[in-house]
Amino acid sequence: MRETAYWTWFIIAGIVILVIAGLHMVVMHLPMFGVFNPESGAVTDWGNVAFRSQNQFLAFTYIILLGAVLFHGFYGLRTIVFELGPKKSFQDCFTVMLWIVGLILFGIGTYSAIAAKALETAI
Amino acid sequence: MANKQFDNHLGIVGWLGGGRWGVERYLYILHRLTGLGLLLFFLMHIFASSVRIAGPESWAAAMTILKNPVFKLGEFFVFVAFAFHALNGIRLIFIELGLAVGRAEEPIYPYKSSLNNQRPLMVIAMVLVAILIIAGGYNTFFGSH
Amino acid sequence: MEKVTDKKINMTVYIRRFDPEKDAAPRQQQYTLEVERGMTVLDGLHALKQTQDPTLGFRFSCRMGVCGSCGMMINGVPGLSCNTQILDVATTALTLAPLPNFNIIRDLVADLVPMFGVIKGLQPYIQRSDMEEMENPTMEYFQTPHQLEEFLQFTYCIKCGSCMAACPTMATDREYPGPAPLTQAYRYNIDSRDDAGDARRDLVAASHGIFSCHYAGECSNVCPKGVDPARAIQLMKKDLVLNYFGLSKHRCAHLHKKPDKATYKPMIEVPPFTAGK
Repeated sequence: MRETAYWTWFIIAGIVILVIAGLHMVVMHLPMFGVFNPESGAVTDWGNVAFRSQNQFLAFTYIILLGAVLFHGFYGLRTIVFELGPKKSFQDCFTVMLWIVGLILFGIGTYSAIAAKALETAI
Repeated sequence: MANKQFDNHLGIVGWLGGGRWGVERYLYILHRLTGLGLLLFFLMHIFASSVRIAGPESWAAAMTILKNPVFKLGEFFVFVAFAFHALNGIRLIFIELGLAVGRAEEPIYPYKSSLNNQRPLMVIAMVLVAILIIAGGYNTFFGSH
Repeated sequence: MEKVTDKKINMTVYIRRFDPEKDAAPRQQQYTLEVERGMTVLDGLHALKQTQDPTLGFRFSCRMGVCGSCGMMINGVPGLSCNTQILDVATTALTLAPLPNFNIIRDLVADLVPMFGVIKGLQPYIQRSDMEEMENPTMEYFQTPHQLEEFLQFTYCIKCGSCMAACPTMATDREYPGPAPLTQAYRYNIDSRDDAGDARRDLVAASHGIFSCHYAGECSNVCPKGVDPARAIQLMKKDLVLNYFGLSKHRCAHLHKKPDKATYKPMIEVPPFTAGK
């Protein structure tokens, strides 16, 4: 049952990534849509970056994207490593390690997203 | 008596196939490779984009480093990997949830299989990947940002 | 492919030889064989063994593609030697090797017994919760043609091992059940007469189980009987996900109800057994 649960949420995370990372691609590479790039100039200019960091919707969705990518990516990595045939003790240890590293990275990313909400727009 | 039992498993080379396999076999390998590549990129991306909380000067310094052509090329490869992994992933979601494999039917020679059922979906997905790669390439190398 | 003619062609045949009692590793041996149209790989092996090398080892039984004994790698693709025409797959060179991902008994003979063990472990038989009816049957179970069609394709498996040789996951993962056992697990789970779905689901969805299949599709490409194990495995995944969300419908076949005015013909007495006397 646990493997079915992991896999089902892995697929759901994949669909979530499709939607949100697709949105991210549009925001970053199709700036003519204007909404999230109010300043002229490059998408990665400070004004635009600060604007997006303060945006409630974007901050929230990027945190979800972070969680989904970490889960999807680490489950995929776990599957590939497990198929190479390591011992059961290694498998359990590796799974726990992935959870710990994943949660730490999720914490770091979420902290950045929240701290970035206090950014000043003007240079 | 031979001392060691000869191991007849193909090992990791068995993931690569033998040159006479179907297209889907190679899509499976590419999906794995792009997935690993994207994971590596993403781990770096978390830290790179977190630089913005240190303020505009640090951000500008980081962006100057990333404007290097090596990183631009890398970004293109990441985009290609994302386009392939996403579209092949959509195809795999349909297949692995049993939606594009067809119903069980009595096998009558010459046999058709679920591979025939999913082939139109595979072709559409790969055409979209090609379109995205061309669009991404144009944007990266000829685009104005 | 060139047009096949009736003249004989001198084919170079490379065979992977291995005797575990004498060799440390397999070696390749070369033969020349006169091949004509209609000759199967098995015919060629018989000709080689009779006229050139009596030590050549290969397995066969029915020689007509129904027993599953003669599976081997033919020019890099797993298949049955008895129903593969040499001129369909080769023009000048034919390479034969035992099926990979199995232990080699000798030369071209792979040890399929572990695969049979895995299949047995997945409970490949009809099970019902009403044990009384299973032990002392009173009636047939009702099954529509549609319900039959849902699993019929997967009953054609002859357990030849070609799918197991073609599967990339089988190449590295020793605990992975493989396409053939997973297909049989699905065949019994989807059979409306069967009731043991939960037990088989637990076995199949374990670690290194069904979710190590990533639809490379080679198993279905090489199956000599059109069983399409890839289809069975993906349909099984759908069943597992629906079951996870509590959405699976249990369609257990009921006993056939005799129409009111119908009568059964009298039971025929089974003649006494003669074996063992």
